[in-house]
This record gives sequence, C-alpha cells and structure tokens, in this order.
Amino acid sequence: MLLALVMSGFLAALAAPVLYHFVPGWAGRLCPLLPLALFACLLTVAGQVSAGTPLVFSLPWIPSLGVSFSLYLDGLGLLFALLVTGIGFLVFLYTPAYLDDDPRLGRLSAWLFAFMGAMLGTVMAGNLMTMFVFWELTGLCSYILIGFDHEQEESRRAALQALLVTGGGGLALLAGFILLGNIGGTMELAELLLRGDAVRAHPLYLPALLLVLAGAFTKSAQFPFHFWLPSAMAAPTPISAYLHSATMVKLGVFLLARLTPILGGSEAWLWQVSGVGAVTMLTGALLAVKEHDLKRILAWSTVSSLGSMILLLGIGTPGTVIAVMTFLLTHALYKSSLFLTVGAIDHVAGSRDIRQLGGLASGMPWLAVAGILGAFSMAGLPPLLGFISKEIVYSATLQSNMLPQILSGLFLAGNALMVTVAVMAGVGPFFGRKPDTPLHPHGLSPLLWLSPLIPALFGLLFGLFPGSATSFLIEPAVRAVSSPSVNVSLALWHGLNMELLLSIITLALGLGVVLFRRRLIALLPSSSDGFRYGPSGWYRLLLDGVPIVARLQTRFVQDGRLRHYLMISIGVAMGLMGLTFLQSGGLPGDLPFPTGYLHEWLTAGIIVAGAVTVTLTDSRLGAVAALGTVGYGVSLVYILYGAPDLAMTQFCIETLSIVLFVLVLYRLPLFTLLSTPAVRLRDAAMATAIGGLMMLLMLYVISQPLVPHVSEFFLANSLSLAHGRNVVNVILVDFRALDTLGEITVLAVAAVGVFGLLKYRSAGGNEP
Amino acid sequence: MESVFAVVVGVLYATGIYLMVRRSIVKTIFGLALLGNGANLLIFTVGRLTAGRPPYIPAGELAPLPPVADPLPQALILTAIVIGFGVQAFALVLIKRVYQTVGSDDVDKMTTTDTIADTGRTP
Repeated sequence: MLLALVMSGFLAALAAPVLYHFVPGWAGRLCPLLPLALFACLLTVAGQVSAGTPLVFSLPWIPSLGVSFSLYLDGLGLLFALLVTGIGFLVFLYTPAYLDDDPRLGRLSAWLFAFMGAMLGTVMAGNLMTMFVFWELTGLCSYILIGFDHEQEESRRAALQALLVTGGGGLALLAGFILLGNIGGTMELAELLLRGDAVRAHPLYLPALLLVLAGAFTKSAQFPFHFWLPSAMAAPTPISAYLHSATMVKLGVFLLARLTPILGGSEAWLWQVSGVGAVTMLTGALLAVKEHDLKRILAWSTVSSLGSMILLLGIGTPGTVIAVMTFLLTHALYKSSLFLTVGAIDHVAGSRDIRQLGGLASGMPWLAVAGILGAFSMAGLPPLLGFISKEIVYSATLQSNMLPQILSGLFLAGNALMVTVAVMAGVGPFFGRKPDTPLHPHGLSPLLWLSPLIPALFGLLFGLFPGSATSFLIEPAVRAVSSPSVNVSLALWHGLNMELLLSIITLALGLGVVLFRRRLIALLPSSSDGFRYGPSGWYRLLLDGVPIVARLQTRFVQDGRLRHYLMISIGVAMGLMGLTFLQSGGLPGDLPFPTGYLHEWLTAGIIVAGAVTVTLTDSRLGAVAALGTVGYGVSLVYILYGAPDLAMTQFCIETLSIVLFVLVLYRLPLFTLLSTPAVRLRDAAMATAIGGLMMLLMLYVISQPLVPHVSEFFLANSLSLAHGRNVVNVILVDFRALDTLGEITVLAVAAVGVFGLLKYRSAGGNEP
Repeated sequence: MESVFAVVVGVLYATGIYLMVRRSIVKTIFGLALLGNGANLLIFTVGRLTAGRPPYIPAGELAPLPPVADPLPQALILTAIVIGFGVQAFALVLIKRVYQTVGSDDVDKMTTTDTIADTGRTP
C-alpha cells in the first residue's frame, strides 16, 4: 500500500507524456485524478495513523550497510502526504488551463508526477538512506521544473542556482545521515527515534547536527541560503505554487520536525535552529515588502514563513510544535491559494507588477474571493485558520520559558509585515483604479479560479470548525514530533487575552506599514547592494571563482607541452613512491658489498657506458650504436643469469631496432640543442633524482625476502600439467596464454598503425 | 651482484627520463628505448639473479633442480621486450610523420593539435 502510494507517481511520470501525445484532450482531465485518488487513499488510513499506529513497509536494499528501502507513515508523514497530494490535485487541475494547452504539458506533467512521487517518498521514508534518495530526487525535479522554460537564460541560471545550493546542502545531509546512522547504530528511523538520548550524548553529535542542519536550511531557503527561492520564481506559476511554497521548501521543516526526537532539545539545537529561523523570518519579511513583482513578494514571504516555522521548531516545546503544525497547514493552504491567484492574474492581465494592477475584482469575482480569503488568512483575520494559527503562535511564544518577550516581539514584527504582504499581494490587485495592463483582462477559465478557491475555502472551513483539522491532521503530527501524550485543541475564540491583543497590534502595525511603505523602503539598503555583498553575491563569487581556479590549475598541469606532462606524471609517481619508501623506514644499514666475477662487472659497465653515451653524444648514428650496445649488454645479462629465451629475443629485437632506426633516422633532423644550459641542468638533476630513487627502491626490495609462491607453482606444475620442460615458454603459451594472445594483438595493432602512418597522405598531398 | 644492477637500472632510468624530456623529439625515442631496457632489467633483478641455471626441466625429472632462475620475471620480460619493440617502432614512425607534418622537431612547438608545416597552403 505504502509502496504503491510512492511508486504510482513515478509510473504516472512515464505514462503522462504518452497520454498527452495520444489523447491530449483527455490527458489534462485524467492527470488530476491520480493525486485525488492518492489523497483519498491516505484519508482511508488516516484513522489508523492518527490513533498512533504508524504504517510500515520494508524491503532489504543494502543489508550489509544497514540500508533498507523502508517506508514509515506516521502522523507527521500523513500531514505532509495529504498536503502533497491535495495541493498536487489543485496544481494538476490548474496547469493545463494556465499553460493554454502548451505542447510541453506532457513533459511538465511527467516531472510533476515524478516530483510528487519523490515528495511522498521523502515524507514517508523509514530509513535515512531512503529519505536521502527521495530528498535528492525532489531537488532534481525542482531543477528541471525551474528550468522549464529552458530557452531563457534566466530560467537556466535560476535552476542551476537552486540545484547547486540545495544539492550542496544535500551532500552535507548525506554526510550527516551517515554520521547519525553510525552514532545511533541504525539507519532505521523507527529505531533511531527511540535512541535520541544516546545520540545527543555522543561526541559526534555536534558535527552530525550541523551537517543535517545544512541540508535542512538549504532546502528550506533559510538565511544565508535564502536567495535561491525568489530566483526559482522563473518557473511557471503552478510549479512555484507546488514546489516552492507548499511542499518542497517545507522539507527542511519536515526534516527538523522528523529529527526533533533524535537531535532536538540540546543547547546547540536551540540556538542554531531558532537563531537562523529568526534571522530568516525578519529578512524574508523585509525583502517581501520591498518587491513589486507579485511572485517575488510571495516568494520572500514564503522564506519568512519558513523561517518562523524553523524558529518555532528550534524552541521545541509542545506548544511551539503545535504552533508549527498549525501554521504549516495554514501556510500551505493560503500560500497555494495566493500563488494560484497570482498565476491567474498574470495569465489574464499579462503583468505581475503590483504598480500595474488594480480593480480586477469586477471582472473576476471568484478569483477575487480566493485571493482575498487567502490574504485574510495570511493576515490572520478571523474567522480564518490564519487567525487561529497566529493566536496559537503567540500563546506558544508567551508561554515559552526562554525570553518570551523578545520572542513575541520578533513574531509581532514578522507577522505585521505578513499583514502588509497580504494586503499588497492578495487585496491590492483587486481594488482601486484599473491601470492599463499589457493584456486586456479577458475571460477566466473556471479552473483558474476554482483551483485557488478550494484551498482558500478550506482555510475558512478549518477556521470555523477547527476540530476537524486538529483531530486527524495536526494532533497526530504533533504527537509524532513532540510526545504521544500531547492534546491539541484549537478554537476560534479564546476570550479577551494577551494573544488577542497582540493580534490586534499586529494588524494595526501591518496596515500602518502599508500606508508608509515607500518611506520604509527608503530606509532599507538597496537591493543591488544586497545582490553585490549579500549571500547571493557570495554565491556568484563562488560560481565565478570555480572556473577561474580550474583554468589556472589546467594551465599549470596541462600547458600543452608534452615534456611538462611527462615531468608532472613522473614527478607525482616518484613523489608517492618516495614517500612510501621513506615511511617503510628506508634502507637497512648493512648492505653487503657486491661480489662478482669480472665479466659481470664488465657487462654492467658496458650498459652504463652505452646509456651515458646515448645521452651525451650529438651524433645520431653514434646514439643508435650506443643504444645497440645497451641492448646487447642487457641480453648479455640475460645469458649470464639463466634466461636464454630472453637473451635470444632481446638479441633479435635489438638488431631489428637498429635496422629500423637507421632506416628512419636519415629522414629525421639532426640532434639539436634546443634547451638552455640551465634547463638542461634542471632536467639532469630531476632525472638523476629519479634514477637514484629507483636505485634505492630496488636496493630496498632486494633487501626484503622474496615470496616465491607463484614461481614455485609454475616450476612444480610445468611438466605435470602442461607437459613442457621449458618453464618460461610454458608460462607464456599455456598458463598465461591469453596474455600472450593480447600481446600478439598489441603487436598487430602497432603494425597496422605503422603501416597507416607510412601510407597516409595528408589532404594536401605533399608527400615525401 | 643485484646491488650492482640496481645502480645500472638507476642509470638507465636517469638517462632515459633525461632524454624523454628533451625538446628535440628525436631524443625522446632514444629515451623511451633506454627506459624500456631499464624497466626490464629492474624486473629481472628484483626476481633475484641466479647465474647459469635456466628454469628448464632436465629429462627424467619432474621439476627443475634447485637452485634455478625464477621463471616468472622472465615470462613477464619476454612479453615486455616484444611489446616494447612494437611501441618503439610505432613511436619512431609517428615521430617521423610528426616531423614531416609540423616541420619542426621541437616538442614545445607542438602545443596544439592544429600545428601544420607552413607549406604555403591552408590545410
């Protein structure tokens, strides 16, 4: 059942393009049915999950590493899964109308389905590795969906930015998960959830926490990684509504909520999570007020809302957890409604600039209802769910045992700015005078106003009857995060108390900011400064820096000169070998002085003299002769030490080589001295060092005992197994016959190459 | 005697590498040949030197009578000698070809794949 829930999205992703290709008329109507069916399916198990028995499913994946493909659906997962499928339904309903039956709809639907599957997988994951894989899949889908208009550079850049920021965080998360798995002794979530105390007491707790936080903060666009989210608004609006406000960006909140029983409650958690959340909440809210583009306004307000959720999770009392879950649901409902409204406005009016929009309510009454309900919920007006959630937040902060006044003040500021944003984005475009817009507002497809209206109405419904939302959505989620004994009861009217007073102050402040918005903006630093010096400036610096470093490094390592390539390769190999040699303790002190016959010494002398002559002579023929001397000298060595086969081969080959050299050499230029003496000295020093090192290594190897197992095998079995008396030949043609076949092949290839080079005529045809 | 040949191998490596990093491309091939000989000799010596006792099984015996030279390095070297010759022949012809095409024997002038001798024509 769980597996089917997760996998159906991926299967639908394969089917959607086919469907759009063959039955384009029906595909747009069929696609929303899947998320709806999944939503219904989840509702059928809601009762069981809410009662406190999570659904589990497990398949072995990499048992040796403790990695399994396991799924785990508890109250927290259920809340998210319902949001993913519910809002997914709206988005699938809305998209065909929004894109006017664009031919790319099939592709878009495929990726949206894949994204839905990945989201469900992440929120239902029962194993850290399962979660990570799905987590990264959501990032990948987000990359492709942001870059949906891939012909536009801005889209591509925004997509890459989102991928790099969240992908970088994802890597940190992977490391964090591995650490967490090692600390806890298991990757299974259900078991880890019981070992929170042991994990928090472990010395590696802090690194694991920091890595996991990096993953969560990048995904949820927390300061200083907040900048990618507004850029991601380059995506078509339904995508922004789905991925970048309602679901994917909430994964960071989900992850922290999920891991609260394991990682939460420590000092480090408290200060870092709530600190980053607080900064993000205020930054996002201030930046939202400055924008003119409706989507960017909403994007910054999403950043701010995510910040407030993170801040509340950081404090982590049962009260704040209730506030987080209530606000999460509220936010998903009103923000998707607002985003879809904005998309519809953009669709009919051709503009998203709040300075160009106004008076749209007369032409589109239902859309106006959706937008205004969404905005009122965002502003926290009764009787909408937004009001309840704000009251809950205030009551949680007021009861917090840590700096309740400051905390409430922070939220007062953040919420007041949200009121401003709500008025700007959800109310402003519908009222006032009607300026000229690029497109004359035309008729609106019912789907375009129905989709935003549904979540807005749910916001109203849950506001009027909060019990319906608490029993199967919020309470199970809170119990999964906090403790199974928490009871949640939400009500619209709490009586005249501090919370109500704060709500009223919030509204008044927010409306005040609306009036004095221009003057407030003038006080804030300009956005170009933020772009240049803020975190997005650091991002650009990093992005520009990487190719520069790469270019410098390539220039250094690969400057196009063969000799330098050689020097670097040889140098690295020698450096590593030398290091190993030094680590092995160097040479044993008592090397015996070699004793040998005169002819042995002479042979060695001949080789050395030949090699030196090749190097020093400036005559080509002299060099060939000296090279021959070296070759024959080596074959003498073979004769002396019991290798007649080698000696014969070497002798033949050496003779052939000399003939070849002499034949070709007269076509080659004379030896020239091209390098300066300094360069020659440097090369000579390097070569001597390498030769010396090789000599030391050999002396070291010789001083160690020989391990003759393989040779003994060949000696003992040459006759009995292969019926040959010449052991060397037997090895070559019997024991290692395949190697010899390979060798013959190499020779054949070389021969073909030589033939080709000799016969080849360049295109111009000036040939010797 | 092994330590003497360790010195010989060191000399072959040093001279081989010195020649391989010369700018004159003809010298490179001499370096290659020296390096090949050095490597073969290295393997041979590291397998220990046993004078005058080839790994051959005399008639009437089932295995060679110890002491006997190690057959394994010999088998390796035999392959290496032949392959080395193939490489040398190929390199020699290649260098001849390169010299004709580029019109220079200076490796430092061959920094791109598009260097063509100035023959008055465009390639």
